[in-house]
Amino acid sequence: MKADAIVIGAGIHGCSVALHLARSGIEPVVFEQSYPGRHASGVNAGGVRRLGRHFSEVPLSVAAMKLWWNIRELVDDDCGFESSGQVKVAESETEFELLENRVKSLSLKGYEHEEIITQSELKQRIPAISDHCCGAILCRGDGHAKPFRTVRAFHAASVRAGARFFHGQAVEGIERTGQTWKVTTRDFTCEAPLLINCAGAWGNQIAALLGEPVPLRPTALMLMISERLPHFCTPVVGATNRTLSFKQFGNGTVLIGGGLQGYVDMARQHGHVDITELAVNARTARDIFPLMEKARIVRCWAGIEGVTPDQIPVIGASSTYPDAYHVFGFSAHGFQLGPITGSIISDLVNHQSTELPIEDFAIQRFVNA
Amino acid sequence: MIDDRYELLIIGAGPAGMAAACEAASHGVRVAVLDNQAAPGGQIYRNVDRATNRQNRILGKDFVKGRSLVEQFIQSGGSYFPGSTVWFLDEKRRVGVLIDDKSFFVDADKLLLAAGAQERPMPIKGWQLPGVMTAGAGQILLKSAGMVPNGRLVLAGSGPLLLLLAYQYLQAGVKIDALIETTPRGAISRSLGKLFEALPATDYLLKGVKMMLAVRRAGIPVYHGVEGLSAIGEEKLEAVRFDTGKTGFKKVTDCELRADTLLLHQGVISNIRLPLAAGCEIEWDAGQKNWAVTNDEWGRSSDADIYVVGDGSRISGAEASALQGRLAGMHASHQLGKISESKLEVLSRPVVKSSKRHLSIRPFLDSCYTPSPCYLVPGDDTLVCRCEEITAGEIRQAVRLGCTGPNQVKSFTRCGMGPCQGGQCGSTVSLIIAEQLGKPMAEIGCLRVRPPLSPITLGQLSEA
Repeated sequence: MKADAIVIGAGIHGCSVALHLARSGIEPVVFEQSYPGRHASGVNAGGVRRLGRHFSEVPLSVAAMKLWWNIRELVDDDCGFESSGQVKVAESETEFELLENRVKSLSLKGYEHEEIITQSELKQRIPAISDHCCGAILCRGDGHAKPFRTVRAFHAASVRAGARFFHGQAVEGIERTGQTWKVTTRDFTCEAPLLINCAGAWGNQIAALLGEPVPLRPTALMLMISERLPHFCTPVVGATNRTLSFKQFGNGTVLIGGGLQGYVDMARQHGHVDITELAVNARTARDIFPLMEKARIVRCWAGIEGVTPDQIPVIGASSTYPDAYHVFGFSAHGFQLGPITGSIISDLVNHQSTELPIEDFAIQRFVNA
Repeated sequence: MIDDRYELLIIGAGPAGMAAACEAASHGVRVAVLDNQAAPGGQIYRNVDRATNRQNRILGKDFVKGRSLVEQFIQSGGSYFPGSTVWFLDEKRRVGVLIDDKSFFVDADKLLLAAGAQERPMPIKGWQLPGVMTAGAGQILLKSAGMVPNGRLVLAGSGPLLLLLAYQYLQAGVKIDALIETTPRGAISRSLGKLFEALPATDYLLKGVKMMLAVRRAGIPVYHGVEGLSAIGEEKLEAVRFDTGKTGFKKVTDCELRADTLLLHQGVISNIRLPLAAGCEIEWDAGQKNWAVTNDEWGRSSDADIYVVGDGSRISGAEASALQGRLAGMHASHQLGKISESKLEVLSRPVVKSSKRHLSIRPFLDSCYTPSPCYLVPGDDTLVCRCEEITAGEIRQAVRLGCTGPNQVKSFTRCGMGPCQGGQCGSTVSLIIAEQLGKPMAEIGCLRVRPPLSPITLGQLSEA
């Protein structure tokens, strides 16, 4: 079959790229090896934040946040997005100083979305937080959403806009003849002038087929969810020098994570929980929220995500071929950027440039290394 | 105090687990048994060592047989940890167990999983109403607390346990207002073909006949081949209704019976959470209509160091389970170098023969008591996931939207995300998907199992 573009991967970025391309008149075929949102995009902590971002990501994150605040207009679904605010707590004076310095640096760059709050302000906002937390960065307007629902919404919207999806179709081969890409999967072959690699933790495998391998490490990032508890915390809570992502949903369940690693079984596409590491996560959560001591954990899981050596993604044009683009390697913080990456790729494809600064994400940084 | 390693670690102190422990310990294997109940016996022999004479009379001779096995187990010399909860098990055979609020990790050369069966969910409209419980729950209350239901009582479903409970209630003097059988009409006559195979287990057949005669003599109204069973009520159960059924030779339609307690049952299915967590292969048993753990004649699973035996591998009954436990126990003893191959051969021969006899009734029983499709795959407005209140209709809608398996349905609907983690809904979800897509169960699969295998507090996990 033929299409205007071929997108590999139907996670949040693949679906976002498919949506934005389709709406610009370029109707893609999307090949997905399992089903949309099967891996990192569908099973992550759902954090929607500008807070704490790598400075290279901040402009993209700020732009994405504007889309999140009007997500219903973009994909006709609210994606379970709650603008509950996010805080990053300091557990010592040293950590508090670190946070203060960060906010100052951001302010110098012209970004005001992060603000410092004192210990008493923090305690007022979240009475259940441990007394030893001495302050925090607050990011109003940040929040959380439902990952699987979000991917489904982007998927459905892109189908309505003219994208065609094929599930259970892992890419087996990529060829270029003249100016045409030919992608082969188990049951299909598709030809198109454009190729976009959104294959997540498998992104480096596709990049390698294009002669530009990236040292991407598949990791299994762990989360745990509690039983339903009476409401005690509205914002999403993170820590400074310890891994933590802590949020309570409207139904009372509490999701705890942050990026501690389990084991990946790439052959069976399964992430396994490392229970000793998870115990570390549990201690952090309990230290910061002492009332969670008796809360029962109902389930833990580990989703497969791709991590780059510098922990920022690959976004932009291929270094080896024209008419090919990459969007992968989000290293555990790609979900919030989902709405904007599709827009960036659409800009690159239609206008050969984008307003947002993406030089730091170029694939060349690995090719030259 | 539990050690951090044993030669043979057994999970489950029901007939299979106890028999395996006794066997292995007798050959000098260092055994530990973990069980979540306060006393050994599993479900079938629950509380047998504490039962009063009156309870023994009510519960029957088979129950009392369990007592000797329990006594043998207690004398066997292995380490035994009652009231412990296995909350973690991975493919490396590492076991996480809670004992007295503290978590321990234990490793084993050989692991034996004998966690038994659970009742097959019986989703009918209104099954979430207070007053609707399972026959198994009724039997647990009878065995552990000597409690019986109050008010108007209806027993409904299919399977030997339902009849057994009716018989036990009769012995206890409980009035049963109706016994509703949902086994499809003709199941027994269709099963007669299997009767010949079942003859070596004539004692089982005679027991069933005796119980049925007692129920009839007590004058309890019995309805057969009942379809469209539902529970009616506002805040709690008020009545039991069904569309069609037969009493004797008379057809009955649109029947409504006032009720305060409805005990449902449609057989038992293997509880496969532990084998799944350990990565053991499972297969769909079309005869029993449930997932079974693939194992060899010694009970070894797809992992040669993990034995899965008893009702927890496939439904076998108490006596066959104990024999399977013995075979696994002696095989593990051989693998651990305690007995020779020839000794294993000699010891196993009579056990294998006895096991075959006890298993010969199963094809007949399975066929007789095949759950009716309408109670396996419920109508749209019946709840499937009780924790998250998801109906069969919502699941079918998810399949129409492209879901091809229970894990995807879970992501779409939240079905299976509640505290029971799919224990009550998992089998139903897979059956609904299989029916709608016209695909075999082996292709549909079952819900992925993740730790904890039962809820653990954040505090307990922190100290793990």
